[in-house]
Amino acid sequence: MAKSIDVSDVNIYYGDFLAVQGVNMSIRAGAVTAFIGPSGCGKSTFLRSLNRMHEVIPGARVEGKIVVDGQDLYGPGIDPVAVRRTVGMVFQRPNPFPTMSIYDNVLAGSRLNAKKIKKADADEIVERSLRGANLWQEVKDRLGKPGMGLSGGQQQRLCIARAIAVQPEILLMDEPCSALDPISTSAVEDLIHQLKDDYTIVIVTHNMQQAARVSDDTGFFNLKATGEPGHLVEFNPTKKMFANPDDPATEAYISGRFG
Amino acid sequence: MSVTTAPTGGISLQGNRLPRFAPYVVVVGAVALGALVTMLLGLSWVAAPVLAVIVVDIALPLWSRLVEGRRAAANRGVTCLVWTALGCTLVPLVWVLAEVVIKGAPGINAHLLTHDGTPYFDPKTLVTTAGGGAFHALVGTLMVTLCAVIISVPVGLMTAVYLVEYARGSWLARGVTLMVDVMTGIPSIVAGLFAVALFTLADPSLRMGIMGSVALSLLMIPTVVRSAEEMMRLVPNDLREAAYALGVPKWRTVLKVVLRTSLGGIITGVMLAVSRVIGETAPLLVAIGSIDETNWNPFSGRMETLPVFIMDNYTQGATTPDGYKWAWSGALLLIAIVMVLNLIARIIGKIFAPKTGR
Amino acid sequence: MSTIEPQTVPEGPPTPSDETPESQPVTGWGDRIFSSAAFGAGLLILLVLAAVFVFLAVQGAPGTHQAASVYGPYATNFWSYAGKLLFGTALAAVLAMLIAVPFALGLALFISHYAPRRLAVPVAYVIDLLAAVPSVVFGLWGGRALTHASLPVQHWLNQHLGWFPLFGGTPSSTGHTVFIAAVVLSIMVIPITTAIAREVFQQTPKLLEEAALGLGATRWEMIKYAVLPHSRSGVVAGAMLGLGRALGETMAVAMVLNGNPLVSIRILTTDSPATIASNIANEYKNEDPHMQSVLIATGLVLFVFTFLVNFAARTIVTRAERRLA
Repeated sequence: MAKSIDVSDVNIYYGDFLAVQGVNMSIRAGAVTAFIGPSGCGKSTFLRSLNRMHEVIPGARVEGKIVVDGQDLYGPGIDPVAVRRTVGMVFQRPNPFPTMSIYDNVLAGSRLNAKKIKKADADEIVERSLRGANLWQEVKDRLGKPGMGLSGGQQQRLCIARAIAVQPEILLMDEPCSALDPISTSAVEDLIHQLKDDYTIVIVTHNMQQAARVSDDTGFFNLKATGEPGHLVEFNPTKKMFANPDDPATEAYISGRFG
Repeated sequence: MSVTTAPTGGISLQGNRLPRFAPYVVVVGAVALGALVTMLLGLSWVAAPVLAVIVVDIALPLWSRLVEGRRAAANRGVTCLVWTALGCTLVPLVWVLAEVVIKGAPGINAHLLTHDGTPYFDPKTLVTTAGGGAFHALVGTLMVTLCAVIISVPVGLMTAVYLVEYARGSWLARGVTLMVDVMTGIPSIVAGLFAVALFTLADPSLRMGIMGSVALSLLMIPTVVRSAEEMMRLVPNDLREAAYALGVPKWRTVLKVVLRTSLGGIITGVMLAVSRVIGETAPLLVAIGSIDETNWNPFSGRMETLPVFIMDNYTQGATTPDGYKWAWSGALLLIAIVMVLNLIARIIGKIFAPKTGR
Repeated sequence: MSTIEPQTVPEGPPTPSDETPESQPVTGWGDRIFSSAAFGAGLLILLVLAAVFVFLAVQGAPGTHQAASVYGPYATNFWSYAGKLLFGTALAAVLAMLIAVPFALGLALFISHYAPRRLAVPVAYVIDLLAAVPSVVFGLWGGRALTHASLPVQHWLNQHLGWFPLFGGTPSSTGHTVFIAAVVLSIMVIPITTAIAREVFQQTPKLLEEAALGLGATRWEMIKYAVLPHSRSGVVAGAMLGLGRALGETMAVAMVLNGNPLVSIRILTTDSPATIASNIANEYKNEDPHMQSVLIATGLVLFVFTFLVNFAARTIVTRAERRLA
């Protein structure tokens, strides 16, 4: 089910401003890949380009190739809406739909597309997704309640359940724990571990311990200088990255000497 | 006049200050003085509060000038004036409402609500009365306003959608925003004349309900656009992105996430717009005219509407025995409708608001 | 401007990366129809405003050269007719503003800075209530209640201030005068001017206010030196929007005043100059086709006039907002 992503020579622009330059990498299927780096280095921008969410911002565009399962996401005739169903995303702040119940939030992907589902199938999807997101036990008795009534950590797991309910191949996570307390963070990290059996997971994090805990591979993004585009400095297995990085800049960042 | 908590000037730590109760003393004294003078000189009762206000506005700053100094006196003076402005504005509001209720209530009865303006023969008393019903006006107001809503809500909503979701600062968006602002200021009678000019190219004497609806739409659209735009801008971008990331196309995101989330506010805005145009008289006067019979069809012939009913009875009040009475009753009905719409708007806004509770 | 618009990318062949057939029909045409509908609605707004101008011009054109008798007895041609009405319109509106602006400023200050916290919201609500009262009700009240009740005041003004041209002449015995029309107009203008002034007052940066208070200013001095300078353009704009409303208001004037197209500044007499709007409302029911075109032409004059006033007001607001941004 999980798919790999091959990125070659990707440049990302906001209007005329080059935000990220010359990224090449190969993201393995069924593994967790983490992006780290200082603020504003373009790691979130790059993550958003992996499911064409980047172009939601006016004037934003992407050059280069991002290949999933033999398909260039930016090739001609590719429907960004279809891309986003294959490559799901979880955001920095939990964002359940305020007008929907927990149940409807999980089914939002189909509900919003007015897809007809049988009640039994819907129940099954909801239970499977909520179990997948480690949330079932906590909410099974109040599925009809508003999703906004959950705690921050529960809301974020609800958003993960919502993302996996549409059965994507790849799951992108943009600092999914930065708005959560330590206990909720650990719950989400456990979940990431379980999910990687079924999905390719790419996660952006500011927290280097988190990258070390959850990821198999790590990419380090950096800016050459303020105003210069961000770029990928190093991409390696996490173990190697944290023990013996190739690049001195990576070592400086990881050991806390800057950024 | 609770100015005593104000950080007044001249505060050396032991500055001379009027006692806390000073404003109250002045007010009580002024009211007493006003009442006394009014009684002694035999003036109308209206003079008493007027005198009292003038006395307070002069006496309090004067006292303050003597005790606290010039700067504090200026401060007290302005405070008095601000309170006076409030009082003076409340007078007409209370007066209008009281007048309408007192003069309008006696005329509200079943006959008024169920009969139109055609001569009415009472089989019990064998007397024929000239009209005396407002049913035809209620019907007309209902139909004309309904048609105006049907025209203006889709146009207004889609314009707001364009401005918020699609425009992205293009020339058209700037133009539309400016024009919506300008439209807010179109005199209502010009809207009525426009409807007339639009429909009477072929037949100058043509009058029908839909012409009034077009005129009212012109007045409603800017309000609908502004309120819908404001509400849609309040929807966090996170929600749009959440929907996009689930593979939902933009139009469904707008329809089912953005519009759904802001539905409460949008409905409130529409209801407030309706309550504003439902009292419009001038455009209906020129575009629909008036008639005594009940007419349910907005596409054929003249219609009576409640505001025009009031206007007609007012102008004929001197000749029709009950003209003024009906005018006041019509005004009471109209105000009641406007207030109820306002109330419903607020309730609906609450019901459809996004649920956040646990 | 966007260079890539995801919602308008043509569907092309079915995307192989997406095996679920359901997601196909929801893209492409739905987005295209929806975005064109939104674009069309925006365009319609522009077209409607243009249409207002064009249709009034087409239908009003014959009104500018009718026989002299149509314009009589106070005027002989269209331009003197419209000019006199414009004078009446401006007179009533300016008088209304002279009355309304001080009260509106006082009210706005009350709500933004003077009211005890528990009173500010209800007062703001009550002022909005004033805006919700239909103009025909104000007209009825003005014509039936205020005119009678204000007679002593009108006569007093005439007797004691009659040396001042505005209050001179023989006072009306019924009270249906421009003075009362202006009072009613001012009541209708107060809510809109108050609302805008209040908003700009409340937008004064707290830092500025606290800086003034911290230097030992009284509340009035704080307002004079921090709040008022900061919100001057907003207040001007609010007053001009109120002026736009007063210029175009019909019923309140039509029901209070028995006006004619004439020029007179004696606002307590029966020689009442009609306003464009009230003149249309009063003359229209005669349904004389010659007169109808004249009235439409005067309506166009009113439209252009209020358009200019509103446009100026909005420009001031936008410029002020940009300066603050």
